[in-house]
Amino acid sequence: MSFFKKHGLVVGTGLVVGAISIALVAFGNPKNMGFCIACFLRDIAGGVGMHRAEVVQYIRPEIIGLVLGALVMSLIGKEFAPKGGSAPLTRFALGFAVMVGALMFLGCPLRMMIRIGGGDLNAVVGLIGFVAGILIGIFFLNKGFSLKRTYDLPKLEGYMPGLTAIGLLLLLTFGAGLLFFSESGPGSMRAPAAIALIAGLVVGALAQKSRLCTVGGIRDALMFKDFHLLYGFIAIIVTVLLGNLLTGAGVKVSFVEQPVAHTDGLWNALGMVLVGFASVLLGGCPLRQLILAGSGNADSGVAVLGMVVGAAFCHNFKLASSADGPTANGQIAVILCLALVALIAVLNLHKQKD
Amino acid sequence: MKQIDARGRACPEPVLMAKQGLKASPAGIEVLVDNAVALGNVTRFAQNAGYQVQSTAGEGDTHKLTITK
Repeated sequence: MSFFKKHGLVVGTGLVVGAISIALVAFGNPKNMGFCIACFLRDIAGGVGMHRAEVVQYIRPEIIGLVLGALVMSLIGKEFAPKGGSAPLTRFALGFAVMVGALMFLGCPLRMMIRIGGGDLNAVVGLIGFVAGILIGIFFLNKGFSLKRTYDLPKLEGYMPGLTAIGLLLLLTFGAGLLFFSESGPGSMRAPAAIALIAGLVVGALAQKSRLCTVGGIRDALMFKDFHLLYGFIAIIVTVLLGNLLTGAGVKVSFVEQPVAHTDGLWNALGMVLVGFASVLLGGCPLRQLILAGSGNADSGVAVLGMVVGAAFCHNFKLASSADGPTANGQIAVILCLALVALIAVLNLHKQKD
Repeated sequence: MKQIDARGRACPEPVLMAKQGLKASPAGIEVLVDNAVALGNVTRFAQNAGYQVQSTAGEGDTHKLTITK
């Protein structure tokens, strides 16, 4: 089979995700943050008042679009399947831990790639930590880690993430007065809602169809020498890099003065170790969890809720980093979460049956 | 032929189960999966490892993959 036939969809999805990320920044999203699942879930947590960090509050239509795009595409492809029941509260805790790690680094794996494409060398340090975290996760998978199987659930359960997304869209459209929207800082920098929504719908649909997953790319390459998903990963970085050069947005290769980033290498790396490790145990990156939730997977829905609550904790208790660097509280939280994730990994080892 | 039940398993467990199954029975195995992602992933893995894969639809979402040399 030709390379294009085999990998075209995932590479194409990577190109579109990269291009849309560049476009969203041009339309007003924060720099190097065209698409960031962690940041946008954090903004939504703030938008509904779960935290009161005034600079990061908004109902990001990209997230609404991602979930609905995945839902529609899974229905079209007859892949929509309401399933769940595979250790939901453990998944909640893992989602929480992913967010603590992501807000230490200041971005999910997707934003890490977008930051690399913008020349942010701190994100390369993050990538090293991310790969290390994935390797730790693979070690446990090979030892027999499993959160056990899912089961069929009532149809409505599968539609709940989509209905939640529609609820958020209604809130955004009609309830803006009730909500908390940033007037300064990253939360105030936003592409027009309609454009952001369409961007989310397109990426959600393509990511559902292609299974694009930032964790899966590195995991499958290391575990099975299967580079399929990694091609999508590389396509995103290359597109963002080229896009930044071609649109004149520029690529500034440096550690210092990068947008919404800090330069503490150790904690950038450790934050992403946590994200990589916990995401492998979840079976996919934050983007993938949103897509699976939209396609009816209630377990991934619970993981997303864990991320949203985690984000609220991070800002209520000053765990999240800022451009000034990590906080002491954040450092303690990352260590505690690493210990928690390790405990979850050890306690879910099951002997392989013949 | 040895049968592996990978139904309901999240990424990448079905592939890992198939890999371990083929290590134990290199001649071939059957793998049960119940979603399109696992179906695609196990098929791609087995083909990359040089096996033939035949898929038959079963009850509900279940697919039986027959993996042979």
